[in-house]
Amino acid sequence: MFDDLRDLYQEVIFDHNRNPRNFRVIADADRQVEGFNPLCGDRLTLYVKIADHVITDISFQGEGCAISTASVSLLTEIVKGKTEQEAEELFTLFHEITTGKSEQLNLEALGKLAVLAGVREYPARVKCATLAWHTLDAALKNQAKSISTE
Amino acid sequence: MSSFPIDAIRADFPILSDKIRNKPLVYLDNAASCQKPQAVIDSLVQVYSHEYANIHRGVHTLSVRATDRFEAAREKVQHFINAASEKEIIFVRGATEAINLVAQSYGKSQLQAGDEILISAMEHHANIVPWQMLCQQIGAVLKVAPMNLQGELIFDDFVALLNSNTKLVAITHMSNALGTINPVEKIIAAAHAHNIPVLLDGAQAIPHLQVDVQALDCDFYVFSGHKLYGPSGVGVLYGKQALLSAMPPYQGGGDMIRRVTFAETEYAGLPHKFEAGTPAIAEVIGLGAAIDYVQQIGIDNIAQYEAELLAYATTLAAEIPALKIIGQAAEKGAILSFTLKRIHPHDIGTMLDSLGIAIRAGHHCAMPVMDFYGIPATGRASFAMYNTHREIDVLMQGIKSLIEVFG
Repeated sequence: MFDDLRDLYQEVIFDHNRNPRNFRVIADADRQVEGFNPLCGDRLTLYVKIADHVITDISFQGEGCAISTASVSLLTEIVKGKTEQEAEELFTLFHEITTGKSEQLNLEALGKLAVLAGVREYPARVKCATLAWHTLDAALKNQAKSISTE
Repeated sequence: MSSFPIDAIRADFPILSDKIRNKPLVYLDNAASCQKPQAVIDSLVQVYSHEYANIHRGVHTLSVRATDRFEAAREKVQHFINAASEKEIIFVRGATEAINLVAQSYGKSQLQAGDEILISAMEHHANIVPWQMLCQQIGAVLKVAPMNLQGELIFDDFVALLNSNTKLVAITHMSNALGTINPVEKIIAAAHAHNIPVLLDGAQAIPHLQVDVQALDCDFYVFSGHKLYGPSGVGVLYGKQALLSAMPPYQGGGDMIRRVTFAETEYAGLPHKFEAGTPAIAEVIGLGAAIDYVQQIGIDNIAQYEAELLAYATTLAAEIPALKIIGQAAEKGAILSFTLKRIHPHDIGTMLDSLGIAIRAGHHCAMPVMDFYGIPATGRASFAMYNTHREIDVLMQGIKSLIEVFG
């Protein structure tokens, strides 16, 4: 019935929505940043531990749609163990691909995150997928206590 | 209700024959904005094709013609809401601008530090933020009358909040997020017993309910054109003449002057005092056409038909265990706001869109209402005179399917 949506709602997204990974609080996190999308009320808090510029642990709490929940769940899986710079590069790539600013889709470089590339066809949903990454960006830059998509 | 000419009405709205994602459009986002009948579209084409010029100042034929059409629309609005005079009908951009006008003109000139403005817990942002801005500017205090879990104003608590400091009541006639229709006659009587003027936010109510501002005895009534099957960018502020006369202008320039020297300005009389600059000429005329259209169908007929649609949708919704209706006031307009267990409204919105069904997913510019229910957002199906029982079947089937997909 929802054949048109197969690119947007892949099974991986349902899986992460049902069973979000790293859904917990890190009590002694080095960085704790809240992300909020005032348009839909999606809200999440990222907890990040960093040692020698490496993300040694990352988790989240919050609530949102399936796209935003899967996005942040995948994010925590993928950036754990990466350096801050690697995570920032991934953010840039992800942002370009989801907002359609990248000429070529280098989906391989995105790894598992490629399941979220489908949002580029749904402009109303791009912010759902990128909220977690903007929040991570703020956490890595240690800029703000909370960020908003607006 | 077999007498309601639903097929003829649907034929009047060209967009209803369109397909969205290869499926027939099921448009259920009417509380956000309504689709337009051919008569309204034709009126815009007619104005721009044959009747367009700036109004009120031109001595040439076209200007006179456009001015006549424009002022005829004002009279249509006057009769539609039964205002005592066309001087009480101010054209603005929409309900939001009308509320801002009252806040900045009436509020700033008549209220002072410590005075209280009373609103309700079910207001949308347009009837919260302008008052907050006024309160910050002059040191007034915003009070909020509570509602119960059904989404009904708790009337006794509302009355208890009225006191000698209360200088204005601003309340929605019908809630956009919940569908609640407020007991505005009782509200106005209670406020007037304390000599407190009342502004009714009629943005949601105006396409669904008969509004008679003299019978209601409200002091201000505001609404937008686009929710009344008319163009966007135009709306109405109704105010009692005595109140409007005493209020200072809101913006300066254009039609609101009688005489300007560099030393001083003599303001125009009502309603032009509040209509600075070139207004939305074609859109005002289009709003007049929309009112003609609605009156031709009959607002009571529309209200009765929409009540049937709501009852039908509510009955079907009750058969879906995962679905929870948000807002179950006894007096309710044709809005079905709902949540689905463990499925975010934005996912609901996208999935229904793939079936050609347009609903709203979000907080409906009523974030305090969402906070009250402890939810981030709802899905909202809102009905208009052109919706059908069959479309509600399609909606409910779509909801059942997406529940299955999400497991």
